[in-house]
Amino acid sequence: MMSNTILHKADARGHANHGWLNSYHTFSFGGFYNPQSMNFGALRVLNDDTVSGGRGFGDHPHDNMEIISIPLDGDLEHEDSMGNKAIIRKGDIQAMSAGTGIYHSEKNAHENELVKFLQIWIYPNQKNVQPRYDQITLNLNDRHNRLQQILSPNADDEGVWIYQNAWFHIGKLDSGLSTTYNLKGGANNGVYAFVLSGDVAVNGQQLNTRDGFGLWDVDQIEITANSETEILLMEVPMKF
Amino acid sequence: MEKVKILAIGRHEQILETVIRLINQNPDWEGIGAMTDKEAVQQFDHQLIDIILLCGGIEPESELNLRAYFTAHRPQVTIVQHYGGGSGLLTAEIYEALKERAKS
Repeated sequence: MMSNTILHKADARGHANHGWLNSYHTFSFGGFYNPQSMNFGALRVLNDDTVSGGRGFGDHPHDNMEIISIPLDGDLEHEDSMGNKAIIRKGDIQAMSAGTGIYHSEKNAHENELVKFLQIWIYPNQKNVQPRYDQITLNLNDRHNRLQQILSPNADDEGVWIYQNAWFHIGKLDSGLSTTYNLKGGANNGVYAFVLSGDVAVNGQQLNTRDGFGLWDVDQIEITANSETEILLMEVPMKF
Repeated sequence: MEKVKILAIGRHEQILETVIRLINQNPDWEGIGAMTDKEAVQQFDHQLIDIILLCGGIEPESELNLRAYFTAHRPQVTIVQHYGGGSGLLTAEIYEALKERAKS
């Protein structure tokens, strides 16, 4: 199968520094509009956020979107209109189905530390679902030199689940290690690889920290770490 | 230059208010809202709407009926599904709609 690809270098991302929030946008978001970078299939938002101590996103609404937060450093305090109040930490993953509408806030839980996290939005495969919230703690050892599943479409599978035919994996790979990812969702799915840290080759494409690389019309991808690397793979439908 | 007139339709009052507030932050755009199908049709009939944003909570049958009505009465109107609820996607969705309108 002949694959198609798109490369988003880290320094080509949109950037918004609001003082309390320093955010890099892979895809058009807020004041960053790039018609060439709207989405990768059902993956619509990939924001790389750093929030100052004691600050955060105040109460604000959402609807009809699957919203996934992955803390990379620090602790994030979550509160929502469904009565959920929780702290999410590195190693946790949070998933919200906004559906018919929710309000939530996400704040840095500490006054004197930064919190860094990825905010990822996926178009849902059903509109107007009952809003839901889920948060789990993952075993960080389970991603060492392997791809740890952190999200799927199935409630009884590993990781959190969302209303979309999507699978997320994270791998923390030693330098020199190679691994293969086999797509799970069929021919309509593609994979977006986002390098959290390190230098890595994905199907021969050299990538560095915070680079993104999307591939579709592909059954599997080969990943080779050229240094100690942490990589997030997001498999999503290309047509939805 | 006339403002781009945008009708946002949604069932969640606070989200609809947020969407309209965000639209109106752009001096070239004018946002109005409707929570019911009847209100939406009235707004559409009485004003020259350029873009319609379908926000959350609209039942499938209502959406079909609204789309059919709008396109039958003014085929040049651009109808966009708004995702995310007054969020960071709104501006890009409207820019994309304006791009489509410019093509047609």
